[in-house]
Amino acid sequence: MATESRDVTEAAETERELTMSRAMVEAIAWEMRNDEDVFIMGEDIADYGGIFSSTTGLLDEFGRDRVMDVPISETAYLGAAVGAAQAGMRPIAELMFVDFFGVAMDQIYNNMAKNTYMSGGTMSVPMVLTTAVGGTYNDAGQHSQTLYGTFAHLPGMKVVVPSTAYDAKGLMHSAIRDDDPVVYMFHKRLMGLGWMPSPSGPKTAVPKDDYTIPFGEADVKRVGDDVTVVTLGLHVHRAMEAASQLEDDGIDAEVIDLRTLVPLDTDTILDSVRKTGTLLVVDEDYQSFGVTGEIIARAAEGALDDLSAVERLAIPDVPIPYARPLEDEVIPGTDDIAAAVRDLHE
Amino acid sequence: MVGVNKLKTMYEQMVTARHYEERLVDEYLVGKEPAFDISAGPIPGELHLAAGHEASGAGVCIHLRNDDTVTGPHRPHHIAIAKGVDLKRMTAEIFGRETGLCRGKGGHMHLFDPDVNFACSGIIAQGCPPAVGAALAAKKRNTDAVAVAFLGEGAIDQGGFLESLNLAAVHDLPVVFVIEDNDWAISMPKDRVTDVADGSKRAWGFDLPGVRVDSDDALAVAEVAGEAVMRARDGNGPTLIEVQVHRRMGHFMGDAEAYRPEADIERAKQRDSIDRLADDLRSHGVTDDDIDEIRERAHERVEDAITWAKKQPEPDPEEAYENVFTNPPATAATDGGENGGAN
Repeated sequence: MATESRDVTEAAETERELTMSRAMVEAIAWEMRNDEDVFIMGEDIADYGGIFSSTTGLLDEFGRDRVMDVPISETAYLGAAVGAAQAGMRPIAELMFVDFFGVAMDQIYNNMAKNTYMSGGTMSVPMVLTTAVGGTYNDAGQHSQTLYGTFAHLPGMKVVVPSTAYDAKGLMHSAIRDDDPVVYMFHKRLMGLGWMPSPSGPKTAVPKDDYTIPFGEADVKRVGDDVTVVTLGLHVHRAMEAASQLEDDGIDAEVIDLRTLVPLDTDTILDSVRKTGTLLVVDEDYQSFGVTGEIIARAAEGALDDLSAVERLAIPDVPIPYARPLEDEVIPGTDDIAAAVRDLHE
Repeated sequence: MVGVNKLKTMYEQMVTARHYEERLVDEYLVGKEPAFDISAGPIPGELHLAAGHEASGAGVCIHLRNDDTVTGPHRPHHIAIAKGVDLKRMTAEIFGRETGLCRGKGGHMHLFDPDVNFACSGIIAQGCPPAVGAALAAKKRNTDAVAVAFLGEGAIDQGGFLESLNLAAVHDLPVVFVIEDNDWAISMPKDRVTDVADGSKRAWGFDLPGVRVDSDDALAVAEVAGEAVMRARDGNGPTLIEVQVHRRMGHFMGDAEAYRPEADIERAKQRDSIDRLADDLRSHGVTDDDIDEIRERAHERVEDAITWAKKQPEPDPEEAYENVFTNPPATAATDGGENGGAN
């Protein structure tokens, strides 16, 4: 079981590129082959292969006993995953859209997230809750949220948000092997679906062998001296696009992909902020009481003297609207990021 | 008994709904061919069509008044049309326009028309509790209004539905639950997710009447629903009805239905509640000319609605910040700004 080693993998595997969905499935399949205790439950994950192709092909290899379509009863099957995990198995349970957590939140935050603590560490809940997040395709208020901050806020869940195929595979291996509940939030727009085209960034070279990416290690996607941009998920790619636009203006942005929210790699953020003195946090979740505020608070706690300016871009505390001009208004775009970086740089 | 005038009204609603959805397919695919991109074209996002479900919406809503409440699921068009939702403004909403029912904020899964007490939700079964609440309000205010919650057969395994049945039952509330059984929860056939093929039996556990209409026969639906609505209106409590309908299209536009046997798709297309109701009309002495006239009127109404909707303006981006609250606080947590709104 290799740990992350980019030099080796890039040398050996540059030819084979995978979409993020294929990379996720590859990790799940490897773990299922190697551990009889791993199984997966969810709606439309068997014959359909997951609405966002997160389980494509698993039914053929592992059969219905281990790739289980379940009734639309999230309370029952997410709670059953908790129970099976406590009994020593390693279930993966897919919540089709993160927005659907509402009907089953008790199982998630009162059982899955708390049982380890409330049992005084005598029980553990080694399960993965996978779920699709994000907007940009006009699906309105009940199917477009990311809710990153909601899950990261409540103690007891590790929260993973991959932005590339390489990360998606390594983080999935880590998630399944982790002895704690992991919420694995994949952005629909990054999955490489034919019907929802991805930006160019998430499809990457992916090693065939298994490998893990440790939680709590942010990835500095672009080194820069002028402004620190901290983000995650889809907005890693928008920030990278913005950074290359800014290059033409002579602004050198550093882009940090958090990769996991819990645990959070505060050190990488602080190192960058100490260098650039300015911080922009970009998030596709609601602004207030969320990810952007937390990152800025950590920066203030750890590097206040080095900070000359901060800014954030997030959903401005409104539900996600349906119509295209309205959705475009509330979800931070590449131009919004570039403009905010220019403001900070002035 | 459901008289011929009501049957004609139902027929017109069903033809309207079917033609409406066939026309929405055309409009939805603009900009999405040859490569299907869900976010492209004049109607972006998911589109769940109800062709094959029309008998349920029309057969139930024929008994309802404006002051009766209906909550619908993510597949709502046929129900909205039968409840009398403004078709032009509903269409403008689906096109994401300023003058849409919800000013472009809701889209096709989240249609709200308070003028006829209609609402729907994209989260399955979650229209059931608000329907119970509407019924509770009617009872407390001593009106004889009723509420109807529509949901798919895939939704009846949700706590929100089962809890609503119990709450409505224990308080004898004037509510009717209508399960539209199209056999498929996206890709999952009913027998994979439940051992109880007849969803109306779930009423028995709450000591409520449960009735299944085993075909999409609009007249049969109307007869069963008539009794249920009357029972509710008379203060005798809730009823659960399940109607066998058919999913003539995929779960949503773009669903290739690779999981579904070809024979099942063909069967769904061959059964047609609209043709069946036309035969019923003929047996009541309605002429083919009359039927053609109804069809033409329905088609014209659909075309008018689509033509009108497409001429409507798109919302100003600043509208995104409105309507979070009815009484907005003086200082909102986030002010709309120049950079994507968030500052």
